[in-house]
Amino acid sequence: MSAAPEHAPTMARLSLRDRIAPHMPVLLVPLLAIAGFLAIMNPASWLTLTVSGLAMGMMIFVMASGLTLVFGLMDVINFGHGAFVSVGAFVGISVLLALGHMTSAPSLFLNLGAILAAVTAAMLATGAMGWAFEKVIVAPVYGHHLKQILVTMGGLIVVEQLIIVFWGPEEIYFNRPETLKGAITFAGAAIEKYRLVAVAVGILVFVTMRWVLRRTKLGLIVRAGVENGEMVMAMGYNLRLVFVGVFLAGSALAGLGGVMWALYQEVITAHMGNHAMILIFIVVIIGGLGSVEGCFIGALLVGLMQNYIAFLEPKAALISNIALMVAILMWRPMGMIPVVKAK
Amino acid sequence: MTEIVQDALLRLEGVYTNIAQYHILQSVDLMVPRGGVTMLLGRNGVGKTTTLRTIIGHWRAHQGRILFDGEDIARMPTPAIARAGIGFVPEDMGIFADLTVAENMSLAAISGPIHSARLDWIFAAFPPLKTFWNSEAGTLSGGQKQMLSIARAMVEERKLYLIDEPTKGLAPAIISTMAKALKDLKDQGASILLVEQNFAVAKALGDSANVMDDGRMIWSGEMAELNRDGDLQERLMGLSMEAH
Repeated sequence: MSAAPEHAPTMARLSLRDRIAPHMPVLLVPLLAIAGFLAIMNPASWLTLTVSGLAMGMMIFVMASGLTLVFGLMDVINFGHGAFVSVGAFVGISVLLALGHMTSAPSLFLNLGAILAAVTAAMLATGAMGWAFEKVIVAPVYGHHLKQILVTMGGLIVVEQLIIVFWGPEEIYFNRPETLKGAITFAGAAIEKYRLVAVAVGILVFVTMRWVLRRTKLGLIVRAGVENGEMVMAMGYNLRLVFVGVFLAGSALAGLGGVMWALYQEVITAHMGNHAMILIFIVVIIGGLGSVEGCFIGALLVGLMQNYIAFLEPKAALISNIALMVAILMWRPMGMIPVVKAK
Repeated sequence: MTEIVQDALLRLEGVYTNIAQYHILQSVDLMVPRGGVTMLLGRNGVGKTTTLRTIIGHWRAHQGRILFDGEDIARMPTPAIARAGIGFVPEDMGIFADLTVAENMSLAAISGPIHSARLDWIFAAFPPLKTFWNSEAGTLSGGQKQMLSIARAMVEERKLYLIDEPTKGLAPAIISTMAKALKDLKDQGASILLVEQNFAVAKALGDSANVMDDGRMIWSGEMAELNRDGDLQERLMGLSMEAH
């Protein structure tokens, strides 16, 4: 037998279309923004709507990023994810209301301190809740999708009722911290300060998640686990522990998203997480189950689409994201950035 | 008999494995000595892959003992079995297509960074892995994927290597590369339990052989003995190695 020859691959020059194809999901965001500009034809309105759309997209990304990893890594359909959004919002806003003297002061330092305390409390509460949720509700139904849907939906209802028990059935209205109120004017467009903060937080979360997933051993284990968990375990890694960690982190991120969403809307209800789940699921599905990058792009598309259509044709706003999902799934049935599954 | 027990690195005693309602392994006994290549042979569907998957813990033995280096690993979780010193190369290769070759290798090195001397040895055995070091593993050819799969197991020294059909579906030149790499591994004193359907490779590498049929071990002995006896091959596996 002769040995295999050494490889000296010759590379064909790809056509422009082939070179662009892998980057098409990323290009969709500026393409949608350009389409929005052409449809609106008013630069100031367009800029306001675009920042608003990006902010909304970032908040949906923060809420959805944990769910897509849970989907991809653990193959768990968690309809209860919205519960973490609601609990995060209630815990965070309760802290903010308790720190009224800090939020009402016209001091950026005090305001950010109050928000930091609120976000920390919300993430700790939802992280701990996620740990318990995984142990008690999810662990017994691994591998059974129908049971997962039923039991996590049940968990969501129980948590919503518990919120009503602790905080009451009424909507709670509140004001944003003093320095985050109002808008700045840029190029003739009024841009809410809080939306800029939301964009910054979203980018920070995305960059951090991407760094962890791409640059650390833990990230390698998670990415490999999404593809083929059995093989990761055969290499000596305790994937069960990683599962719990990802579930906990995903829940904490949903809690962070809940606080951000609450500050965006300036009102909280027990059902706010459940309502956000429609957009969260759309983002996770069009992004590609398990793909953080896909989730990020999907969230930006949903945020922009929602804002543009609400401005152009308010009655069509509700169906615009469903139409976006249908179009993307017809183009890429496994989502924009599908994760290879060894199953 | 006592001497064999002392030399045994891995020992399966009366192992039964069920998958759903099917009894796949039925009282399997197997001994893998320290050093050398132990072949696990048999027709398709007789339980060879199930035996390897039971050892690594992907499927649980319902009865029996699996003694590895003196410890019963039959009830241990898969990660603990792997960390006890068992490298596993599954039949489907189990590569992570979305990860680069470098990331696949890095993940397989559970003790820390890859030693450069070890990496040089792997590159010498499998040159394409160096060429495509930063390419996504999903873009490799079938033979290159198999090289990566074996290289991942070889990236650190293991007490035992479980390798399931490494030459399946590969071109003759690639098979030769695989066989040479496994021979190198064997010459370094490694212990290998190898499932193989290519009898030229089995003859070239095997020191001892075990033949399975219908979920049972039906013959164990020296590879040379099986190699010599055409009637025995015909009786055990329904074919002759000479024909391969």
